[in-house]
Amino acid sequence: MYDVVVIGAGVTGCACAMELSFLNTTVLVVEKEADVCCGTSKANSGIVHAGYDARPGSMKAKMNVEGSAEMEALCARLDVPYKANGSLVISNTEEGRAKLLRLLEQGKQNGVKELRIVEKEELRKLEPHLVEEACCGLYAPTAAIVCPFELTIGMAEVATLNGVEFQFETKVEAIKPVEDGYVLTTTSGEVRAKTIINAAGVYADELHNWVSKKKRRITPRKGEYYLLDKEVGNHVACTIFSLPTKAGKGVLVAPTTHGNLLVGPNAEDGTDKSGTNTSRHGLQEVLEKSGRHVANLPMRQVITSFAGLRAHEEEDDFVLGEVEDAPGFFDCLGIESPGLSSAPAIGKYLASLLKNKLGLAKKEHPIRQRKAVTRMKDLDLAQRNAWVEKNPAYGTIVCRCEEISEGEIMEAIHRPLGATTVDGIKRRTRAGMGRCQAGFCLPKTLEILARETGIPMEQLTKNGRTSSYIKGKTK
Amino acid sequence: MKKELVIIGGGPAGLAAAVAAYDAGLRDILILERDERLGGILNQCIHNGFGLHTFREELTGPEYAGRFIKQVEERKISYKLQTMVLELSHDRIITAMNREDGVFQIEAESVVLAMGCRERSRGALNIPGYRPAGIYSAGTAQRLVNMEGLMPGKEVVILGSGDIGLIMARRMTLEGAKVKVVAELMPYSGGLKRNIVQCLQDYDIPLKLSHTVVDIQGKERVEGVTLAKVDEKGKPVPGTEEFYTCDTLLLSVGLLPENELSKKAGIKLNAVTGGPIVDQRLATSMEGVFACGNVLHVHDLVDFVSQEAMLAGKSAAMYVQMQTKDYDQPIALLAGEGVRYTVPAYLVTEEMEEPVTVRFRVTGIKKNCKIVVYQGDVQLLSKKRPVVAPGEMESVLLKKEMLHTKEAIRICVEEG
Repeated sequence: MYDVVVIGAGVTGCACAMELSFLNTTVLVVEKEADVCCGTSKANSGIVHAGYDARPGSMKAKMNVEGSAEMEALCARLDVPYKANGSLVISNTEEGRAKLLRLLEQGKQNGVKELRIVEKEELRKLEPHLVEEACCGLYAPTAAIVCPFELTIGMAEVATLNGVEFQFETKVEAIKPVEDGYVLTTTSGEVRAKTIINAAGVYADELHNWVSKKKRRITPRKGEYYLLDKEVGNHVACTIFSLPTKAGKGVLVAPTTHGNLLVGPNAEDGTDKSGTNTSRHGLQEVLEKSGRHVANLPMRQVITSFAGLRAHEEEDDFVLGEVEDAPGFFDCLGIESPGLSSAPAIGKYLASLLKNKLGLAKKEHPIRQRKAVTRMKDLDLAQRNAWVEKNPAYGTIVCRCEEISEGEIMEAIHRPLGATTVDGIKRRTRAGMGRCQAGFCLPKTLEILARETGIPMEQLTKNGRTSSYIKGKTK
Repeated sequence: MKKELVIIGGGPAGLAAAVAAYDAGLRDILILERDERLGGILNQCIHNGFGLHTFREELTGPEYAGRFIKQVEERKISYKLQTMVLELSHDRIITAMNREDGVFQIEAESVVLAMGCRERSRGALNIPGYRPAGIYSAGTAQRLVNMEGLMPGKEVVILGSGDIGLIMARRMTLEGAKVKVVAELMPYSGGLKRNIVQCLQDYDIPLKLSHTVVDIQGKERVEGVTLAKVDEKGKPVPGTEEFYTCDTLLLSVGLLPENELSKKAGIKLNAVTGGPIVDQRLATSMEGVFACGNVLHVHDLVDFVSQEAMLAGKSAAMYVQMQTKDYDQPIALLAGEGVRYTVPAYLVTEEMEEPVTVRFRVTGIKKNCKIVVYQGDVQLLSKKRPVVAPGEMESVLLKKEMLHTKEAIRICVEEG
């Protein structure tokens, strides 16, 4: 019997797992996919929001401001790419100014620092590629960008180092309350837990509804994105937003921590919770809206497009905490934007609730840091040579677009919670994330993965289950 | 380390350039190749049809490469394998890396760019749908099948009728896969006529022109794709959708010269070809740097790559031996009516001792036409062609004695 079973290994589940791993307790994370960071956490804008968007007094506002205040230090500890690039909400008309002022006021109430209105001239200086009509903006210097994959992976690795167990390709099919907690029926057998953290993203409502009479409903709200080549990654410096509407913050244009340019998302409510397919009309919508504030977007430099699903809850706020009629069952439900920004705070908050509930003590010397996979590209000549000398595999480039070496891929496989799939390698090293989209490196990556894990070629997958690449040998 | 000539890339272009530079008198030559062996993409092209122009016989890709590798070996030209060039600086300092040497730098007196090209990916086409396993560029599939002995799938739809796609349609069929259809966005194929006959028609594989993939189904592995007819602007026509079950989608939707190094070095590129802008010596905008093969512009036939690369190698040798001169204003070569681009893009007449082969592609299929070259209002030459197509590279030969002024030269495709 575990003290805590966390359902879902996205950024929220992994933040909870990491914070719990600092306490004396037993934790299991179950995840239906083959790796951490496979749902909403892998397909979002990668933005650390300043915190002016959420309604004052809401959980979203509280968690966002706390989470983003902590993000930089957390990323430093976890060796996760983070950049305080600032954000701008742009208005193309003077009528929009009133809305910006309301956002400014809201931000101040939420405790966001350094927020201010900037005028046309300064806007131009900050962002030379804004459209001519851009007349004023809300500038948030504390807004930042973060690599969502590495943040999630980093937290999961720290949790692992402190003894948290992870079980992948394990789908929870039923939850029953028993005298001393819960019994979870999963595709990998039964699990018993004193308490449960429900961090199941778009599926969190279904789990919640199994144990509670107060029903919740999550709508998967799809957002589609374009990712552009690094060559044009500096088209904007800040994250550029439109004035928000009911459907959210609208289509943004932002650099990523790895130097690409991200354009999206739209917002479209659907019913299929695994419907992460892009659509012609969705991509078209993003294209049309992308140019509202940023001129001459180099859309010919698109290297891929993708879609993510926001877990939109009807009451439009995060639902965090113990479910009233299900003692020991804790929800992290409705975690849509600013979920990534809030993750560090949500993790802490849930861990504090569990600490009180179970009377847990702090661990004496928990591990709080981790080193990411070596990034050869970022090292100087002497440092790189030292790595090649230590292991010649660091001298062989496998992914030429992102300049990722065989050594880095091997590292991604042989580490706590190491990669077992091609996507797992991609998210830990960036191999295959570049402009050729793995056209050149896929065969080599498969070969290394098979060699290092002993998994036969035919059984290697993109991201688990039936997503295999190879359908047999040639004649 | 210092070298008189460094050749970046040991594929067909790099090999031929090395041989020609050696034969023009250079000895201090180094080829840098990122793969485990010389020969480049030819190593995975195990079909025949290579070398008809160069050797007057039909060779497979590895055989064709082997001929040039032999010449390189005979001349004892040095090369480094599994060596990735990371940077080319403005003053021709090359930073590269491999297992044995770590990161190292070479001061090169001259450089030949021969990095080849890469395949356009699904992402660049914005094909909507899921992103499951089972979507491969045709070249990746070719490598898996021909070099690793692995089958990427059993039921295949191919988008794009470029040569690699056509070759793979036949290859997958011979390996027991069912190739259901090849769809082509354009109203004509981008591949060679002989490949359409030998790879599709001979195996009863349907070719659907003016069609594209509008949806990809399958959350884990490809389960099917939807094709639709497109209008003249390439937009899908509603109501024409057809679903094909398949486990694999191969993409043969264009090749892009791989010029990231050149761009970072500040070498000027042609927006149409994606390759460096060169004169008839194949000299780029950066002194001492030459380009050839698919990094310069995408070719249909390796024979022409070899010819072009020999010129680049020879030019690099001459550059090292004679250094630069002050040249007069060059003559611009322009793509006129019906022509997409020309290589070279200009002529340095002082260096025009031999006739210059100007290679170019046309913008569309045209029957019973003529290719006409003008300098100002003067017609330099005209040659009749029964048919021209974008998928087949054209060329004209220009001689110094034809040119009497410094006016720009235009190549056009005209009626009749």
